[in-house]
Amino acid sequence: MIDVQQITKRYGQHTAIDRVTFSVAKGEVLAFLGPNGAGKTTTMRILTCFMPPTEGRATVAGYDCLEQSMDVKRRIGYLPETPPVYQELTVQEYLRFVGRLRGLAGAVLTTAMSREIERLGLGSVQHRLIGNLSRGYRQRVGLAQALIHDPPVLILDEPTVGLDPKQIIEIRELIKSLAGSHSVILSTHILPEATAVCQRVVIISGGRIVAEDTPDRLSTRLRHSEKIALTLTRPPGDVEARLRQVDGVLDVHGNGPAGHFLLESHLGKDIREDIARLAVTNNWGLIELKLISMTLEDVFLKLTRHEEELTPGSDAAAGLASAVNENNMGVPS
Amino acid sequence: MTRVNTLVAKELRSYFVSPVVYVVGAVFLLIVGLLAYIYIVFTGAQAIQLMQVQGQAQINLNDLVFRNLFSSIRFVLLIVLPILTMRLFAEEKKLRTFELLMTSPIGLNEIVAGKFMSVFVLFLGLLGLTGLIPLTLALFSDFDWYPILTGYVGLALLGALFLSVGVLASALTENQIVAAFVSFGLLLFLWLLAGVGSLLGDTPAGQVISYLSFMEHYDHLVRGLVDTRDLVYFASALILMLFLTHRVVDSTRWK
Repeated sequence: MIDVQQITKRYGQHTAIDRVTFSVAKGEVLAFLGPNGAGKTTTMRILTCFMPPTEGRATVAGYDCLEQSMDVKRRIGYLPETPPVYQELTVQEYLRFVGRLRGLAGAVLTTAMSREIERLGLGSVQHRLIGNLSRGYRQRVGLAQALIHDPPVLILDEPTVGLDPKQIIEIRELIKSLAGSHSVILSTHILPEATAVCQRVVIISGGRIVAEDTPDRLSTRLRHSEKIALTLTRPPGDVEARLRQVDGVLDVHGNGPAGHFLLESHLGKDIREDIARLAVTNNWGLIELKLISMTLEDVFLKLTRHEEELTPGSDAAAGLASAVNENNMGVPS
Repeated sequence: MTRVNTLVAKELRSYFVSPVVYVVGAVFLLIVGLLAYIYIVFTGAQAIQLMQVQGQAQINLNDLVFRNLFSSIRFVLLIVLPILTMRLFAEEKKLRTFELLMTSPIGLNEIVAGKFMSVFVLFLGLLGLTGLIPLTLALFSDFDWYPILTGYVGLALLGALFLSVGVLASALTENQIVAAFVSFGLLLFLWLLAGVGSLLGDTPAGQVISYLSFMEHYDHLVRGLVDTRDLVYFASALILMLFLTHRVVDSTRWK
């Protein structure tokens, strides 16, 4: 549905994106993941025909973004970073305006408007001026705008920014429900979002694609060892040494909060049973024993960090930090 | 064409929601009304003087009121119209709604035409309201309607030119104040070309420069002279400005 071949965009001397190539199949949801300034917005602007690439070729539904931009624009719903809303219009007036711009009229337009107002929960604010709405509502109006002509391709630049956790879940559900019938590209720097709604992730950094795969496969590919989080209430002084003696344990880190340990073992070998037996036999007060799969966050950090910043210990530390995060923060996903 | 209409309707709606139109419209109508009042009272005083001296007075309202009024309105338009046009593109760029327009299936021609036509319709509305002045005067006196009609045609064409310069200026920047000043400056430059032209006198260069300024073309229409050359001047200037706007808007995408 979307095919991007070797596109490069330069602003004077600065190269915003460098030979980016990827494609999105019909009905697929693709996450564009990257730190700020990585080139996500630039790529999206090229796909929506807002700006032409310096080099390369992008096609949407078989139409060239440069040569057949009208055909492309008709098939795309685009939510830019800042929702493009007119503050002096009411939600209804705005949606009617956008619908007409996209060629809807009469009963079709009315149906489309009520469908989107319903779908995005805008019923209570439909007669209010957009300028008086909160950030979250404006974001939803922006989404309604992108969906109003029911385009086969949706390009959403950070669609959940400015929403509260409940709304974030709703929007993610909405995006998931669009999968199958619509091709969606969404950019985000929130990692659980990518794992939650996307079938495929493209990680972009410094204008280049550094990885592209499913969220699961990405983390497996970059994992060198299994990591296990262990929490003991009464660890003896020589606990690290004794844990190391267990068959298969590569390393033990105790640099987290007191009683928390991070164990590394050979890939594919589950040592949890042995560890549990050891802890229970010695009455160490075992309260947690958990396999940590490498989160997308770790993958992301690993791929987007510069080589020189990588030190041997930082990997494990990041793993431990994310393990702690998962326990305490309850990131919505 | 329906998309242009959609855009015009939306722009007009935006204009009437903002206080700018009401303030600018009120100031415009107030100043034009005041000018008309001054010229009428002045003409009346002259008539009384003539009556005292000659016993009767043949007063030509066309010369004494309307020609003066039409000349003065130029100044008012020079100041007022850039305020109306400054938001057209600048605001869209500032508020990032520009991306919506540019990624919708609407051509750049249609966008430029829609923007220009919305503000032109607004201007024609304001101009129409000043029609109350000759209509009121017609109740009490006799005058020739023909130069007044050509004068209004001249005002509409002059306004269209001023507005197209304003649209161009608005496309150049995302700062509305800058847009207003740029169009003000450009218009003043076009105005002063007439002065340069008359300094050079009846030389070829003088004639060319005079032709480039809108002054003589407008004056002809106010005097009731309808000359194709003047109409061609306004039409070509308008098309040039809108074409430049098109190029400027298009080029912002490439940067």
